[in-house]
Amino acid sequence: MLPKQTVPFHSSEKAIDRMERILFGDNQFFGVNHASDEKSREQLMKFKTDASIIKTLDIVKSAGVQTFMCTTHDRILHICEYIRQHPDNYKAYKIYPCMPYAHKYANAVTELGIVGALKAYMPGNIFTTAFKGGMAYLSDDHEKMMELLVDAEMKMFHGIDTPVIFLQNVVTDLLLGLKAYGLLASFHAYVKKKYRAEAGFITMNLPLLSDVLENLGIEQPIICASINKEGFRMSGGKHAYEKVLAEKKNRVIAMQIFGGGFISPKEAVEYVVNLEGVESILFGASSAANIVQTIEWINKRSSE
Amino acid sequence: MEYNIRLGIIGLGKMGISHLAIAGGNTSIEIVGVCDTSKMVMGFIEKQTPYKVYDDFRLMIKEAKPTAVIISVPTKFHAEMIQESIDNNVHIFSEKPLSLDAEVSLQLAVKAEKAGLVHQVGYHNHFIGTFIEMARLIKKGALGDMYHFKAEAYGPVVTKSKDSTWRSKPDEGGGCLYDYASHVIDLVNYSLGEIVKVSGVELKKIYSKEVEDAVYSTLHLQSGLSGILSVNWSDATYRKMSTKITVLGTNGKLIVDATELKLYLNETVKDEIYEIGWNTRSIGTLQHPVDFYLRGEEYSAQLDYFVESIKRNRTTGQNSFKDAAKTDRAISLIRKSN
Repeated sequence: MLPKQTVPFHSSEKAIDRMERILFGDNQFFGVNHASDEKSREQLMKFKTDASIIKTLDIVKSAGVQTFMCTTHDRILHICEYIRQHPDNYKAYKIYPCMPYAHKYANAVTELGIVGALKAYMPGNIFTTAFKGGMAYLSDDHEKMMELLVDAEMKMFHGIDTPVIFLQNVVTDLLLGLKAYGLLASFHAYVKKKYRAEAGFITMNLPLLSDVLENLGIEQPIICASINKEGFRMSGGKHAYEKVLAEKKNRVIAMQIFGGGFISPKEAVEYVVNLEGVESILFGASSAANIVQTIEWINKRSSE
Repeated sequence: MEYNIRLGIIGLGKMGISHLAIAGGNTSIEIVGVCDTSKMVMGFIEKQTPYKVYDDFRLMIKEAKPTAVIISVPTKFHAEMIQESIDNNVHIFSEKPLSLDAEVSLQLAVKAEKAGLVHQVGYHNHFIGTFIEMARLIKKGALGDMYHFKAEAYGPVVTKSKDSTWRSKPDEGGGCLYDYASHVIDLVNYSLGEIVKVSGVELKKIYSKEVEDAVYSTLHLQSGLSGILSVNWSDATYRKMSTKITVLGTNGKLIVDATELKLYLNETVKDEIYEIGWNTRSIGTLQHPVDFYLRGEEYSAQLDYFVESIKRNRTTGQNSFKDAAKTDRAISLIRKSN
């Protein structure tokens, strides 16, 4: 068992005034590659050990990027443990958790069905013992269920500064499509109350989500969406995205700026740094050279 | 005014909920009812969404009067629900496989055609840009004389022994053959030609007790071309389902998955951009964007296609019941010869 050391919680009343211009993502660590299945397997091999992930995060940190945006993958647990054990090295460090790690649930649903998957991933044995009437009682209270799932996913980040907590696109967009808007609002309210954090929403449907969050009365929501020169995964069209960026008061993080790897890095950066309404840029890369170069480009072009 | 399709959704499992969300993002669709027997799921829909819920699909068809339905229930119930939909003159989108009996599937195809109804099955790979391009290149003869293919899919669905659901019961349409391999078999039928014979079949149980976790076989097509089927849903080295088709011919080789198309050519092909040697195209350059995205463009694209078919009264479109019946026939050939 690893010793438990914690760094102090940095967040003030307002979780975050301004996000860093550049955020580092985790897709490469877990074999998520939108352009090539083969590349994703190579990356899985490269980042087999926790040490290899930490080494890369430290390269990013040395290049000046102090925010790591990551899914609640099981392996992040070890990274968090390392950060807690080395508080002096990670004083200003922030993690933006993105939950849930969807494939874990999707595969469980295929195999166990929806109820079976919930049983498998709900914390403790709440279905059987903890609550009066067990599942029948709980299954009616969707807000409570959401809160329990958020708490379960947040456990691994205790003692780490997590000023923004994201809902993954598969869940955001599922709730959006189902028009289950109330749960988007509940998530926003809950992370603020419990974790003193801002809610973030990852989506592949920025224009639609922007309208919905505005109607829910969520002011200046943090939204992370695919934004790239080629219009890749920009549902509703590039033009609609550019209009939302220019006209709405969202705090937007651009992701997939390389369009899944087929836009040249220079062109990709050029497009996104010149866009009005983009507060931050999320990117991930495996090699030190690519990481340092991309950060340099973004910083250089952003300051021009 | 936009054409409004009154849609009912029967079955809210993993696929049904996904269809409901995608349909909810489609401006041509009005969702008039959703139906399932799970109290927990329907409690969620009733409380959190604007939709009217039913626990009896016949009642839903009668009361909500949909012009089209999506059927996403365990495969063994498909035939009965499709029949009811045909009887009520309702267009049908059914999840795959179409039924557990190839003969029944063929009968349903004939009935739906006779009734002049749009009928489509959820083999969503047909709507992935890389596979569409693969089918086009093969049809054009870009590979010369084809002499071998390899059709594969791997994923981490069952990686240890656990509780069972209908997907672990062979008589309800569970198992790797119905669930995973059907997609690959369908891609072969769609792009390379109809499977008429199988040999060397191995259905292997790895962690499951009642169903196979892997399917290995040689497939023989009507054209005389043969190749290998290799599907395993108990492979933990994959993050999610990964499907790949490799085709070899006298003019080169094609390797295609959902993210990339790689083509090696000995000689150029008339009116094509592809060069001699290796050519690589990423999905980003081959996929048409969609208006609402959830889990992959192909899921929205197949529903858009279904909607378009209804609007245009196109009853002989892609992924028809007849096409799906061919896949069911190949599945039964594999099952019988094991």
